[in-house]
Amino acid sequence: MSLTSAIPGNLAAEDTQHLAIVFEDVALAFDDIVVLDGVSFELKRGETKAIFGIAGAGKTMILKLALGLIKPDRGHIWVLGHDVTEMREEDLFELRRKIGMVFQESALFDSMTVRDNVAFRLIEEGDVPGDELDKRVREVLRFVELERTIDMLPSELSGGMRRRVSIARAIITQPEVILYDSPTGGLDPITSTTIVQLIVKQRDVYKTSSLLVTHRLQDAFTMATSYFDTKTNEMKPIQPGSNIDVKTSFLILRDGKIILDGEAADLTATKDEYIKEYIA
Amino acid sequence: MELISPVDIAKQMVMAVQDYSQLAARSLSNVFRRPRYVADTLVQMDQVGVGSLPIVVLTGFFTGAVLALQGSNTLDRFGSLSLIGQLVSISMVRELGPVLTSLMVAGRNSSGMASELGSMKVTEQIDAMRALGTDPSKKLVTPRVLSTVTMLFFLTMISDLVGLSGGAMVSTLMLGLNSNQYWSKAWQSLVWQDVTMGLTKPIIFGFILSTIGCYYGLSTKGGTQGVGKATTQAVVAASVLILVVDFFWTRLLMTMIGS
Ligand SMILES: Nc1ncnc2c1ncn2[C@@H]1O[C@H](COP(=O)(O)OP(=O)(O)OP(=O)(O)O)[C@@H](O)[C@H]1O
Ligand SMILES: [Mg+2]
Repeated sequence: MSLTSAIPGNLAAEDTQHLAIVFEDVALAFDDIVVLDGVSFELKRGETKAIFGIAGAGKTMILKLALGLIKPDRGHIWVLGHDVTEMREEDLFELRRKIGMVFQESALFDSMTVRDNVAFRLIEEGDVPGDELDKRVREVLRFVELERTIDMLPSELSGGMRRRVSIARAIITQPEVILYDSPTGGLDPITSTTIVQLIVKQRDVYKTSSLLVTHRLQDAFTMATSYFDTKTNEMKPIQPGSNIDVKTSFLILRDGKIILDGEAADLTATKDEYIKEYIA
Repeated sequence: MELISPVDIAKQMVMAVQDYSQLAARSLSNVFRRPRYVADTLVQMDQVGVGSLPIVVLTGFFTGAVLALQGSNTLDRFGSLSLIGQLVSISMVRELGPVLTSLMVAGRNSSGMASELGSMKVTEQIDAMRALGTDPSKKLVTPRVLSTVTMLFFLTMISDLVGLSGGAMVSTLMLGLNSNQYWSKAWQSLVWQDVTMGLTKPIIFGFILSTIGCYYGLSTKGGTQGVGKATTQAVVAASVLILVVDFFWTRLLMTMIGS
């Protein structure tokens, strides 16, 4: 069933169960600025969808809508089978624990150490003993190569380090869905590659579903053409002819609407002048 | 400057009052829900209670002292200077202890809460907390409300006592009264109505000043300037509300329990 033809609000709960995120005819405006106007797409479980668009296109708003942090003016959003547009704030907290979010500006708690930031979810959920907690924090910090910053405050870190701490905080409980907001924005190529590797590892090793907002097309292409090799513990390019399904798709936003939603091949084969210019 | 219609202003005010009431109600109902943030509450108790102690002691002392000084003038004219203990104790316990302590703590802590939560709001830390599955009204607001209410209760008692001592100092050292006489008058004149009035006030005022501080913090908009504005507004709103509620609560109690 094509979603765009679905009657708004008529999607049955069963249809959304096997999908990670479904947007159905979502519209959002601030006063008279229209940000999103009839956005529909779906993210399958285990899939990573890269979202592109110029600054101010509404990419961050899509992630915030998916978390239920803001409500749309129109349309419905299902996350792991729950309609977040209809849920009360009190009931959303439970669902949000299954979702990780990496904010564009990191949004670390600035009066807590890196340890407390990363452990936030574990501490909140309680019943994780102290040494176990410490072990898991160190493990996830090692994953983002920041183990030595454990006792520092966010203000003592560089922007790129903060971004990685923010990723560590989002993945420590291995959520089913991760929303990355420009995780490589404004970073050097080396750090960016590290972060892309982390995301690919999440996708291939932990089978996480994710939305990835990014300005860098090449990052998404790298992801679409690489896989994570668990034996050597590194990201490797896919050899031509191999049948690895990388589960990476692309979505381009323009003027509040989706102008492309498909695979890497759809993107390169496009006839649309705007998209051609975008990927040039 | 953009002109806003009076209807819009009225609508915004109604919305604000509604949002505030919801937050205030949530802060209370959270007390009965898990998780309970005991550690956060203790940190706040230290901030509000221990942190405010010096100014509360100073305010209380000098208020009691000046009450005795001013009162002596009037009482002397009627030749009843010995009633000074009664005057100081009733004024302190019923009115000035609770009100001045609350105003002091409002100046210190409503602003502190508004600026702390406001900074968290504008740097997306509040959103991050919600995104991590934690209810900011539970983790941030309820601990502040609980600790302010408890601490203000005790701070008011301290303020009352210190105020009485201030009065005692003036009465014995400057007015030449007998210290025993002062204290026994001060003590005997207090009836349970006075104490009820004096000790229900800090509970109400503590609730007001902490919820107002948190409300302005959580509804901060517009960067650092917005944080500054929220801070000022929180102190003003809390102080005015305390004085207004003080009048009505006093009136209500006087009809309910007499005197
Ligand atoms: N709180 C708000 N009030 C008014 N307008 C807002 C608000 N938040 C976002 N907007 C507007 O919504 C639009 C989309 O913002 P959004 O943050 O989603 O952009 P973005 O695609 O993430 O951009 P960038 O690539 O720069 O991060 C922008 O035009 C912005 O001005
Ligand atoms: Mg953005």
